[in-house]
Amino acid sequence: MDQNSFFFQAMVYLAAAVVMVPIAKRLGLGSVLGYLLAGVIIGPAALKFIGQEGQDILHFAEFGVVIMLFVIGLELEPELLWKMRKSIIGLGGLQVLVTAILFTALGIGFGLLWKQALAMGMILSLSSTAIVLQTLNEKGLMKTAAGQSSFSVLLFQDIAVIPMLALFPLLATSSPIATGDHASSTLVSGLPGWAQTLVVLGSVAAIILAGRFLIRPLFRIVAATRLREIFTAASLLLVVGIAVLMTQVGLSPALGTFLAGVVLADSEYKHELESDIDPFKGLLLGLFFIAVGASIDFNLIMQQPLLVLGLVALLMTVKAVVLFILGKVFKLAIGPNIIFAFALSQVGEFAFVLFSFSLQEGVLPKETVDLMVAVVAISMALTPLFLLINEKLIQPRIGTKESVEERGADEIEEKNPVIIAGFGHFGNTIGRFLRAHNVKMTILDNNPDRVDLLRRLGFKVYFGDATRYDLLHAAGAANARIIIITIEPADKRLELIETIKKHFPHLRMLVRSTNRFDAYDQMNAGMLHIYRETLDTSLRVGVDAMKFLGFRTYAAQRAARMFFKLDEANLKKLSSIRDRDQYIVEARAKMEELELTLKSDLQQITEMKDTGWDEETLIEEFNQPKS
Amino acid sequence: MSKLLLLFAHPAFEKSRVHARLIRHCRHLEGLTFHDLYEAYPDFDIDVKREQKLLLDHDIIIWQHPFYWYSGPALLKQWEDLVLEHGWAYGALGDKLTGKRIFNVISSGGSKEAYTETGRNRYTIRQLLAPFEQTAKLCGMEYLPPYVLHGTHRFSNADIEMHAVQYEQLLVALINDRITPDEWNKCTYLNEINPIPETVQS
Repeated sequence: MDQNSFFFQAMVYLAAAVVMVPIAKRLGLGSVLGYLLAGVIIGPAALKFIGQEGQDILHFAEFGVVIMLFVIGLELEPELLWKMRKSIIGLGGLQVLVTAILFTALGIGFGLLWKQALAMGMILSLSSTAIVLQTLNEKGLMKTAAGQSSFSVLLFQDIAVIPMLALFPLLATSSPIATGDHASSTLVSGLPGWAQTLVVLGSVAAIILAGRFLIRPLFRIVAATRLREIFTAASLLLVVGIAVLMTQVGLSPALGTFLAGVVLADSEYKHELESDIDPFKGLLLGLFFIAVGASIDFNLIMQQPLLVLGLVALLMTVKAVVLFILGKVFKLAIGPNIIFAFALSQVGEFAFVLFSFSLQEGVLPKETVDLMVAVVAISMALTPLFLLINEKLIQPRIGTKESVEERGADEIEEKNPVIIAGFGHFGNTIGRFLRAHNVKMTILDNNPDRVDLLRRLGFKVYFGDATRYDLLHAAGAANARIIIITIEPADKRLELIETIKKHFPHLRMLVRSTNRFDAYDQMNAGMLHIYRETLDTSLRVGVDAMKFLGFRTYAAQRAARMFFKLDEANLKKLSSIRDRDQYIVEARAKMEELELTLKSDLQQITEMKDTGWDEETLIEEFNQPKS
Repeated sequence: MSKLLLLFAHPAFEKSRVHARLIRHCRHLEGLTFHDLYEAYPDFDIDVKREQKLLLDHDIIIWQHPFYWYSGPALLKQWEDLVLEHGWAYGALGDKLTGKRIFNVISSGGSKEAYTETGRNRYTIRQLLAPFEQTAKLCGMEYLPPYVLHGTHRFSNADIEMHAVQYEQLLVALINDRITPDEWNKCTYLNEINPIPETVQS
């Protein structure tokens, strides 16, 4: 592909996505359908911008699924994964087993050889991680019972792919087509069985150990460069590297990166990794969906419309029924269970790989594979549509709102109510104080050494630039109640304030300010809770000075508290009368400000004696001759 | 020998004439611990453990304060609320203060006559001090009559000085156990133990 045609291709894909996805979102169809439609439009069926190379792009874009599983792994701490073991192995295992057996039986019924039918059954038992998770995520269903159950099943399917790949060569009915394809030539393929197992286990252990002990210090060094793109490059390198390693030892790359994600889930770089990788994930997944749309062979459908549509209907019905029954067995309520059954009723992207693999291995004939690829693509395209119909027509009738029916054990951990942005000398005092009173908080800081140190001391600190929307989002700003803004310098704080006002208007902001001028800017930005960093300390010095001069401590403290209140009130008053532009331009503004402040101090402080304790007026009255 | 703890509560001590003179006379007496509550706890954060230790270490406790609005200043109330804990000072297990003696030393602008049924304050000082007295009783302490300075608004410096001397003598007598329960039970005010001769009163 020369450069021009590469750019042309890129333009076509991007344009299709940019046009179709907003339209689909607008119509309430969700982004996945938008991408699929975009694919259909630019594909052979309509505009014919992409032809046969759509398949290559499909394989390339599958990497989006790999990245997605890495991101999902990041969100899933090991304890949570352990808690989900029952639904992964029980629900997931039964789904794969029962569905595969049913489809094998059906395959035999359709006249396939038993080996072919078994291959078919295994392939069709899988669902599409990409479509399901993307759609559920978009609908905000991932943390609900339906979402968690779906995820458990998908995770098991990803594991199940490994033995399937190993089993396929044994199912060959004709001699394999010798293509020397990458899928069959791994590093370990020449080794005896026990050594293969050993290598596989070794590489899993390597990922876990590296994640624990190697990757974090490496990321720390990378983060210390403070070059954002190098951190992004390192994140991508991590994912690509694991994918390559996994492929070499014959494991699923998605599984490998998922594992790495889980290992890094409690690391300080979690949010930074997530927000750096996320755009790649999104674009590649989008590309993947477009490619799926483009690969739907409408010619084939036109030739045998009844057969194709009948197969799609049969396939999805069988899958959905199995899922629904299993959901019931695993005590899903009716509402979530319908979502669960619809969500996983398609056949997944791995079918494309396995179909082409089974073609190479001579398991299935080409006509069958072509037909089934079309069926699979249609089933994928229908899933978001079904979920939409379910959401609009079925769920309202059942009346069980899925969002409120969350299940205890499998829920993703609640996010902390407090976020502290900036953990320097100002922020860490607040953090220590709040922690001493068991207030749960998420801390954002951009000094890697400090992040590392604080984490070793048991604080929950994350690395990153707090002004970034994606990091705030990842830190749970949508669920938090308070954000304490102590980052430096002042204009960075204003930037953060604007971001929060725009995206998280519910968050209460407590803002550090350097001085009066900083405070004015923050007032103009609408801040209500402003803390001038030196005010309280300076007044404490004043109190002690008065004490050493012989003033009563209580009197000095009261005076300071009154001064404080007066000053805060004056700040508000002066803020409203000062001419902003003039003040910013003029260098002598600060002196004028000081003058104003000092004058009003003198005026007002004389008016604020504690007359309640004064006896002068009483004595005066007492000593007056009675008339 | 009895050990005296003088709990002094005055939010505007710097403006005080009467209490300042009284305190100047007695704060360094041997056998007396002077404890300035507003100086120690300007932020009202009373160190309960320290206060309880002080109580344990003394035999006679004095609440000295201006008689604001028929009671003590706010910090004294805070002190009572926090220091006299249930299970420590009172209640089935609270016996730490049993047998100790306690009394109020107060200054009041009004005359003694103003604190009678027919006076403008309608109640006697002893009646108005009932919350203190009852607090002491509930803690198993013996409540002595108060030492009261009436009509301080009209006090000359000489008047104040005379009372300060009288007060000092009273405290010295208490430290040296020279006053018997019979004697104080007969009094309305402790001022009557060693009265200022009428000839020198203004």
